[in-house]
Amino acid sequence: MFVPCGDWVPDLTGFTLLMPAVSVGNVGQLAIDLIISTLNMRKIGYFYTDCLVPMVGNNPYATAEDNSTELSTNAEVYSLPARKLVALQLRSIFIKYKSKSFCEKLLSWVQSSGCAKVIVLSSSHSYQRNDLQLRSTPFRYLLTPSVHKRIQNKIESLNWQEMEKSPCIPQMDDSEFCVRVPGGGITKTLYDESCSKEIQMAILLKFVSEGDNIPDALGLVEYLNEWLQIIKPCLQSDDPTTPALPWKIPSSWRLLFGSGLPPALF
Amino acid sequence: MAATFFGEVVKAPCRAGTEDEEEEEEAGRRETPEDREVRRQLARKREVRLLRRQTKTSLEVSLLEKYPCSKFIIAIGNNAVAFLSSFVMNSGVWEEVGCAKLWNEWCRTVDTAHLSPSEAFCVFYHLKSNPLVFVCQCSCYVAEDQQYQWLEKVFGSCPRRNMQITILTCRHVTDYKTSESTGSLPSPFLKALKTQNCKDTACCSLLEQPNIVHGLPAAVLSYCQVWKIPAILYLCYTDVMKLDLITVEAFKPILSSRSLKGLAKNIPQGTEVLKKLMTTNEIQSNIYT
Repeated sequence: MFVPCGDWVPDLTGFTLLMPAVSVGNVGQLAIDLIISTLNMRKIGYFYTDCLVPMVGNNPYATAEDNSTELSTNAEVYSLPARKLVALQLRSIFIKYKSKSFCEKLLSWVQSSGCAKVIVLSSSHSYQRNDLQLRSTPFRYLLTPSVHKRIQNKIESLNWQEMEKSPCIPQMDDSEFCVRVPGGGITKTLYDESCSKEIQMAILLKFVSEGDNIPDALGLVEYLNEWLQIIKPCLQSDDPTTPALPWKIPSSWRLLFGSGLPPALF
Repeated sequence: MAATFFGEVVKAPCRAGTEDEEEEEEAGRRETPEDREVRRQLARKREVRLLRRQTKTSLEVSLLEKYPCSKFIIAIGNNAVAFLSSFVMNSGVWEEVGCAKLWNEWCRTVDTAHLSPSEAFCVFYHLKSNPLVFVCQCSCYVAEDQQYQWLEKVFGSCPRRNMQITILTCRHVTDYKTSESTGSLPSPFLKALKTQNCKDTACCSLLEQPNIVHGLPAAVLSYCQVWKIPAILYLCYTDVMKLDLITVEAFKPILSSRSLKGLAKNIPQGTEVLKKLMTTNEIQSNIYT
């Protein structure tokens, strides 16, 4: 359930909800971190649930001493009212058998809060690509049938690649075809539930492998940015090492691969 | 999938834990009524129950709905439990008000009426001279799927903001992320995390990002943060996870904090009690017993 930080529940009518699916390489979550950090979104509440493994830590987006001590939990909601954007960040994995229950609770909140649409950032195992997918862009999208025609037209104008259907049972030759997102966590469940509940949902995903997934997350936010124009490209500089878009890396991305090494090792 | 140097193709573990979900989805589609019954029975076996050992009856409501509380100190793990036993519970008379009975793969407590001191347990006490002060000694492992149940059984569904919660626990020093090597850290050392509504100053530095806490301490602290209850977690990073004198003594600075002030009256006696606890434990920790 949504629990606000303050004493009143913020009005999210007409907002776009951005959220990650906990998926291969945690790319969706890294992408949402980038969005919250870059746009300096303010925390407006928690999604308190028994479906996610509990965790706490200090503010992952801290920029200075005075804002580094705000406690963060495993599911928090941030907003940017000026852009009618709200972001849900999930920081831990699902407790066994609870992922479906989470999807139901989440979508029920989406409907009751009046959010206009949901954009899910996700990823899928790159080793599961077929020959055609291996040769094309690693980015894919999916839209639920109730997505507004205006958005469908916009997506078409971007020449994006829709996620292809694949055999429901891969080992069977005459299997039916359906949408599958291997390694996508709750992506498929969210998509199916949104279709049946007529929720406007767009899924943006990238084919990735586990490893250093920061470049994948940057790729995914830039893919999203082509559509939403969250941030404008900064003026071209002469320095080729300047990133095209000024995405702000959160301070919590330090030491992603562990502590320092003992000097005695060398 | 990943290829090894020996030419095998193996399934690479996924950090996002998505393989389990895919298996669950497949299992869900193939589930028979018998599978569902087995799952229901396992869920019932893993239920967290609060009971009174004296009367062998279950508590009808949550612990803090039955008893008013202004101060709640929760020790999770054997070193934190030993610290509270030696320095806080050695003064004053503490009455047992409840005990959490739970079963999981690590904590196979079956009969809570006759727990031996060396067995894992989770017991709640209040101070007879001031019944608003509660202590929880939790040395059993509370699994992920049981942590929310534990919270519900202890705190109930109506969170109260007019209490102060202090949580004590230990973590292995290798869990601590720092740009130096963890081998060079002066362990054991204390770190703290506190909720927004906790105005007390911690008696050690706060836990820096990117470090996080998980498990039952995280479940309690999350609950307090979300429901705006003042709470502070003291985390001792140590390289000895079994009962250890130096690790337990690392919690001593907390005795002067607002949460524990006035509760620890006789510190030298506490040190003696702790030493006795260590000796008892050493006699019992024998692979032949």
